[in-house]
Amino acid sequence: MIEVRNLVKRYGDRLAVDNLSFTAEKGRIYGFLGPNGAGKTTTMNIMTGYLGPTSGDVIVDGRSMLEDPEEVKRFIGYLPEHPPLYIDMTVSEYLTFAAELKKIPKSRQKSEIEKAVEYTFLQDVSGRLIRNLSKGYRQRVGLAQAILGFPEIIILDEPTVGLDPKQIMEIRDLIRSLGREHTVIFSSHILSEVQEVCDHVLIIHRGKLLANGTPEELERQMRNTTLELTVRSSSLEQVKNMLLALPGVVSVVEDKNDQPGQVSLKIETAPDIDPRDDIFYACAENRTPILTLRGLDMSLEQIFLSLTADNVQPADSSVFNQFGKQEVEEL
Amino acid sequence: MIAIYKRELRSYFNSMIGYIFIALVVAIIGIYFMANNLVGGYPRFSHTLGSIVFIFLIAIPILTMKSMAEELRLKTDQMLLTYPVSVTKVVLGKFLAMVTVFAVPMLLAAFCPLIIAFNGTSYLGTDYATILVFFLLGCLFISVGQLVSALTESQIIAAFGTFGLLLLLYLWPQLVSYLPTTAWGTAAALVIILTGIAFLLYSMTRNKLLSLVVEAVGLIAIVVGYLLAGSSFDRLLPRVLSSFSCTKVLDNFAAYNVFDLGGLFFYLSCTALFLYLTVQVVQRRRWN
Repeated sequence: MIEVRNLVKRYGDRLAVDNLSFTAEKGRIYGFLGPNGAGKTTTMNIMTGYLGPTSGDVIVDGRSMLEDPEEVKRFIGYLPEHPPLYIDMTVSEYLTFAAELKKIPKSRQKSEIEKAVEYTFLQDVSGRLIRNLSKGYRQRVGLAQAILGFPEIIILDEPTVGLDPKQIMEIRDLIRSLGREHTVIFSSHILSEVQEVCDHVLIIHRGKLLANGTPEELERQMRNTTLELTVRSSSLEQVKNMLLALPGVVSVVEDKNDQPGQVSLKIETAPDIDPRDDIFYACAENRTPILTLRGLDMSLEQIFLSLTADNVQPADSSVFNQFGKQEVEEL
Repeated sequence: MIAIYKRELRSYFNSMIGYIFIALVVAIIGIYFMANNLVGGYPRFSHTLGSIVFIFLIAIPILTMKSMAEELRLKTDQMLLTYPVSVTKVVLGKFLAMVTVFAVPMLLAAFCPLIIAFNGTSYLGTDYATILVFFLLGCLFISVGQLVSALTESQIIAAFGTFGLLLLLYLWPQLVSYLPTTAWGTAAALVIILTGIAFLLYSMTRNKLLSLVVEAVGLIAIVVGYLLAGSSFDRLLPRVLSSFSCTKVLDNFAAYNVFDLGGLFFYLSCTALFLYLTVQVVQRRRWN
């Protein structure tokens, strides 16, 4: 179990991580989601002890990263954004070095390395120099050193960036199988990946934790409280009054509709009451046919976009929306 | 620490650097040994060593340039700093690996006094003491190079920076002799040094008040000191600064046959200081 407490990281005047707190438990997979520059990497670098926080602390099984770093780091395996590889070594030399540095007892080193190699499908290249490996293989070697010795907490910073689709699938499978017995925290800006793999989503933007929960919880929390209704009716006032009398309806605003004999409305509802059934019956009683009634539950990418877009300056928002569109298209 | 030591040592011999370094040092020692002792017939190997300190200026930067800088460039420092190993052990492991590479030519050099002994009179005591102190001076320079390497991610900058710093240390005794010797010249130089320190303080802390106070207090102290005890300012700078000369200790051993125990201690403590500073540089980067 790893706990992040009130983490703050300041680079000069810029606040990279702003009072971040969360807990990650064993046997679950946590997805760190956020646009580029949101503070994901900085947070992970602090959690693994690479950077020191301006204030706050990271607690692993009751031990503090600040007070007892050498002990705490034994429980953490980390794959940084750029895999930290010594390119003048062969894969097996490198993993042996990693095992020695991780203080894995000599008697278990060989079997642990074999296990890590098997998990990451590196058997064929174990004798080759890392210098001569392709990007995908290098990423896997980085992954192998992170999971070597199977530490309780495995932190992966964008593990699938730059890989081909098949390799991405392999790494996702690997994360899933690791997640059964370990705490896995990985960052990504690909929403489908997070949705597919994670038990738990943490959305970070500008160093702040904006949302924290399972994908389902987030969808429930963020359920759209706006309904779109189009009915066949000639009297706007009558429909409005009828709707406002219903429980759970907060406000009704007219929406644009050019069709004669049709009325479109935007209905704001209370977040905990779903008035759609009542709307249907009320319309039926008043003999007002419903043409459309839309109440959308937000998908994860909509949640992500709405959470992060609210805080984006107008100047960046077009760029950001574009980025969002690309993501959606990718799905 | 042992894992890092082993990896570093292997990397020196996986690349050309280890071999180039050893070949360079052995070649220079060999040439001077041949010229001075074998052909020239001078029985003291210590004297030969005393005259080839310049080889450090070229060889040490080659050895130390990649030690810390390469980690930054390849981002492997992220691995070392997130593994259960302290920064001190990382720095020490790397230092000891470089010292081991440097020990290879020194071991070969250790045969030279024996070769002299087989062919006539020799002074084994002074020779071996000088080999020891030459080795320790090399270790001190390696720690300087390691510190410079920790400051940059470019090996080239690390190499040139180390060369510059070692050149300064090498020329130190001569440079110091050009410093002002008169009392008022010393006072002026002290003011310049003080201003430098105050400026350094400001660039590090960004605290105007603090650096101004330091400058003011220092100025008053210099003026009062000059007015009250002007004579003690005579030759103050050369006297103080020449005691920091690194090559003086080796000269004591090599040229004057003096076993300078204090000098040995000076070398060891300077080495420790530079290693400590290297650790601090790495730590500071984590917290900035």
